[in-house]
Amino acid sequence: MEKTYYNPADLKKFGNISEFSPGLAEKFFSYYGEVFAEGELTAREKSLIALAVAHTVQCPYCIDAYTVDSLEKGSTEGQMMEAIHVAAAIRGGASLVHGVQMMNKVKEIVM
Amino acid sequence: MQQSLKKSNNQLADTLIQLEVLNQATQQGNQFPAFTQKLRDINLFPLKPTHLDIFQVNVGKMCNQVCKHCHVDAGPDRKEIMTRETMQQCLAAIAASSVKTVDITGGAPEMNPDFRWFVEEISKLGREIIVRCNLTIIVANKKYHDLPAFYKTHNVHIISSLPYFSAARTDAQRGEGVFADSIKALQMLNAVGYGQEESGLILDLVYNPSGAFLPGSQAALELEFKKKLKTGFNIYFNNLFAITNLPISRFLDYLIQSNNYEAYMEKLVTAFNPAAATNVMCRNTISVSWDGYLYDCDFNQMLDLKVAKVAPQHISVFNEAALNNRNIVLNQHCYGCTAGAGSSCGGATA
Repeated sequence: MEKTYYNPADLKKFGNISEFSPGLAEKFFSYYGEVFAEGELTAREKSLIALAVAHTVQCPYCIDAYTVDSLEKGSTEGQMMEAIHVAAAIRGGASLVHGVQMMNKVKEIVM
Repeated sequence: MQQSLKKSNNQLADTLIQLEVLNQATQQGNQFPAFTQKLRDINLFPLKPTHLDIFQVNVGKMCNQVCKHCHVDAGPDRKEIMTRETMQQCLAAIAASSVKTVDITGGAPEMNPDFRWFVEEISKLGREIIVRCNLTIIVANKKYHDLPAFYKTHNVHIISSLPYFSAARTDAQRGEGVFADSIKALQMLNAVGYGQEESGLILDLVYNPSGAFLPGSQAALELEFKKKLKTGFNIYFNNLFAITNLPISRFLDYLIQSNNYEAYMEKLVTAFNPAAATNVMCRNTISVSWDGYLYDCDFNQMLDLKVAKVAPQHISVFNEAALNNRNIVLNQHCYGCTAGAGSSCGGATA
């Protein structure tokens, strides 16, 4: 049993998920590869989106992987941090926008 | 200013110690697979030359910069300089050979006092001339300000390093103020016609990662560089070559100091690409050192791994036919040229 839930060495074992369900893993990795290929968005832009999402889902593996990937694809430190601020703004905004719901309820029941 | 590994008595200045590091077991006691075995697995061992096209000459280790990743360990404190006599031996070899391109590198090759004479003499032989110009030398001293015009006169193909389109990341790798000086030099090269489509004067840039990671897609990086340099500085260039940092010399020192060595080597080994291995530059290149010895590539030169003894090892007894029959000398650093899209002095290979 690992002493921590997250082990950095596990990142490169991602492909091993095929051991318990090869068919689904194959479909997933094939889809994953296509998602990140150059398309109407560049591979660099997709990597920045992945970096932002990684911070939203707070996945240490993904943060590690997409920090390196963003650097390799030529993103600047500033672009990478701006992407994370986008994630932070949406997360913060998602809490705050529910303030309207709170206000609605307050106004409903307060004289 | 930073000093060379040699001047600062760093143990990695000893090439045998570099080779020892490259071949030692990991902290977990595992061994990276031998590069030669990887080539055996794809029926490419022993690695043989295809055809000699490129004659690369390192005219000296002296340089006005001390880049943190430099595989030559070049700098102002390096005094090794090719003599005119050795250059004459190079010229005789080139004239008698099938070489198409002469690729002049350093250090800053322009700091060799016989550099301009050498370029003029190669020009008379009618071969393509590449100069690997670090850009800042053009603005370093008044005596170098006319280099763009000199290059234009001899239709020299310029290849210059610019690791990034921002000052912070460029200067972190190449030294304080290098980005600003490089921009000035690029504008001077553009002004005489370099990088302009219709001029025929070729200006290529080299991107190499400023840290322990691999280069991304060369084509995508080229687009990004062109956009940023045009909009930010009105600079034009022809091609961008994405080059992988090989784990030798100062970059090896950086990897060890920053505790990135094993992860970087693992990345190179994991990314081994058979197509890139087939197209490695050592198959069509010969590399000559400042003192006239022959190597399979510039990296082998810096590790003091001379060409196999089946051929004469010095330019004074250059024998193209014998060189074409040699087995290329390999070691663990060769993984740097076969990772991902591959890497060479001309960028990606796969």
